[in-house]
Amino acid sequence: MDNSRNGFHPATLIRDFDQGKTSRLSDGRILREWTLVAQEKEIEVAPGVTFPAWAYNGRVPGPTLRATEGERLRITLVNHSAHAHTIHFHGLHAAAVDGTAGVGLGLVQPGEQTVYEFDAEPYGLHLYHCHVTPLAHHIAKGLYGVFLIDPKEARPEADELVMVMNGFDTNFDRANELYAVNTIPFVYMSEPVKVTVGEPVRIYLVNVLEYDLVNSFHVHGNFFDWYPTGTSKKPVEHTDTVMLCQGQRGILEITFPREGRFMFHAHQSEFAELGWMGFFEAGPRKEPVT
Amino acid sequence: MTRHTSGRGGSRLKTWLLGLLPLAIVALAALGFAVLDGPGLTERNGPPAEELVVERTTLAAGSIELVVRNAGPDPVTLAQVAVNDAFADFRIGEPVIGRLGSTSVRITYPWVDGEAYEVALLTSTGGVVGHEIPVAVLTPDPSGFIGLMALLGTYVGVIPVAIGMLWLPWLRRVPPGWIRTLMALTIGLLAWLAIDAALEGMEVANEGAGALGGAGLVGIGAIAAYLVLSGVQAWMTGRPGQQGGHRLALLVAVGIGLHNLGEGLAIGSAYAVGALALGATLVVGFAIHNTTEGLAIVAPVSEERVSALRLSLLGLVAGGPAILGAWLGAATTQPALAALLLGLGVGAIAQVILQIAPSMRDGSGRLLHPLSITGILTGMLLMYATGLLT
Ligand SMILES: [Cu+2]
Repeated sequence: MDNSRNGFHPATLIRDFDQGKTSRLSDGRILREWTLVAQEKEIEVAPGVTFPAWAYNGRVPGPTLRATEGERLRITLVNHSAHAHTIHFHGLHAAAVDGTAGVGLGLVQPGEQTVYEFDAEPYGLHLYHCHVTPLAHHIAKGLYGVFLIDPKEARPEADELVMVMNGFDTNFDRANELYAVNTIPFVYMSEPVKVTVGEPVRIYLVNVLEYDLVNSFHVHGNFFDWYPTGTSKKPVEHTDTVMLCQGQRGILEITFPREGRFMFHAHQSEFAELGWMGFFEAGPRKEPVT
Repeated sequence: MTRHTSGRGGSRLKTWLLGLLPLAIVALAALGFAVLDGPGLTERNGPPAEELVVERTTLAAGSIELVVRNAGPDPVTLAQVAVNDAFADFRIGEPVIGRLGSTSVRITYPWVDGEAYEVALLTSTGGVVGHEIPVAVLTPDPSGFIGLMALLGTYVGVIPVAIGMLWLPWLRRVPPGWIRTLMALTIGLLAWLAIDAALEGMEVANEGAGALGGAGLVGIGAIAAYLVLSGVQAWMTGRPGQQGGHRLALLVAVGIGLHNLGEGLAIGSAYAVGALALGATLVVGFAIHNTTEGLAIVAPVSEERVSALRLSLLGLVAGGPAILGAWLGAATTQPALAALLLGLGVGAIAQVILQIAPSMRDGSGRLLHPLSITGILTGMLLMYATGLLT
């Protein structure tokens, strides 16, 4: 499995947050800017299996866009692919920048570009994806990513991870052949996600899986606090399993009390055995250097 | 005398009237039945039986066009079209398709090269007719067909047959026993071609509308070709100055020609739907396969003088139809027509086999002797083996 040829690696992608480029507006607010390029890209989704993906900035999922509540956001979409695309953000914004065909800015044709501008609200964990028909196709091809708005008053320090639950329909029969978190099946089995005993871990979990009705997240030997959509600072549940439909997302806060390898996977056993499983490897607390 | 003649005239008229009487009654009864709306019969139970067959799929940039035929007993109204579980915009020639009628449905859809699609045609009664496009490929522009198909037909039909005919000088030098074996070999080759064409015909026929005849068309084609060729053969036998070998060679050429028509048809239609990679392997495979057909044509004239002109005409009769078939196959995908044409090939070959059979006889007049049996089996094996190349 040649992750370097894909140009992205799930082991680094999991802690990769894109803060964009910031500047000050005349009213003192922060303006945060990103440029996303939609393009066709062949990616290797399992050893020896290539998938003709459509990607934002050459990676699936697209970059994890991270802003803080109340900022002004400006996202430029450049379409370098052969099909019309958009970016549709979940969140509060004007109809004109909704990224829907026939409304406001509408479709971004091949070779063209457009700018979506709106305020970062509400705080929470959101997502963005292309919203062009046939919708299932544009999403399943890989045009999606995480859109994270931090509250003005920051959440407590933690080891933060991004997990996008997705899958691939490699034979185009509208059923997935491969399932994963962060695109590559089983990748966290061979390269476990390293965490530290006693240190809080925060997981931004988003389900974008197409063609299957639900997806789920389950962790072994531990429980977590569950903040659906991340729009409240009070957890609604202390559990070890959550179920999400497409577009549903939430924040998990978990601390590993013991060292060792702990599995995490979809609790649809079929998804798990088709790639959606991995390990946390809880290591000893690092002694401060004296 | 006069009375006698008029009496005969009267009885002739009477014979005619008596013969027409049942027909007239049938016509009257049918008319009355229709006018009275089928007295005594109840309405059919259940929903109307809808049967649609997609006969042709054309993929252009951003659109999928289907030619749909109604193969069921009732008119069908096409109301909506969905592609891969999503409704799509479409334009339709005539939404109401009458029995055995056809219409063209043009769907606006941004299909992607190499992916699979499933088109669902929703009828006004809520019925769904599914049509799969296993691999989407741009349908080649028909204007580019003529030259390419002619070239392809020449490669797989005309040239190989001509090359195979170059065995003639060698045939003239080998002893009669060899010739008998070669005739047996030819029968083996032809038998294989007939089986192949029959199976292909059944397969093609089953893709089409059952109401148009289906696999029965292969049988009709086969019997028609057999009878026509038998007639031609009987007529040629009656003409003076026709040597037996020449006649046989022509019949073999016609039989193989009809077979190559079917082969060209298969190549052309496969190309039209993008299912055919026009690779060198395919052309080489067909060429080697068809070279053996040239041998079959010249074998009957190995002991007779034949002019070069006659030989090239024979070659053209056998190989040329491949070009015709390729054009026809690329221009129209009407499964019923293809089945009929393939059936013609089967019948023609069967007739030719019967014509050649006597030339296998050995000194004691036996048809099946060790050499002829070996020849037939070798012929079939040869065709099977070279067929693997295509
Ligand atoms: Cu798109």
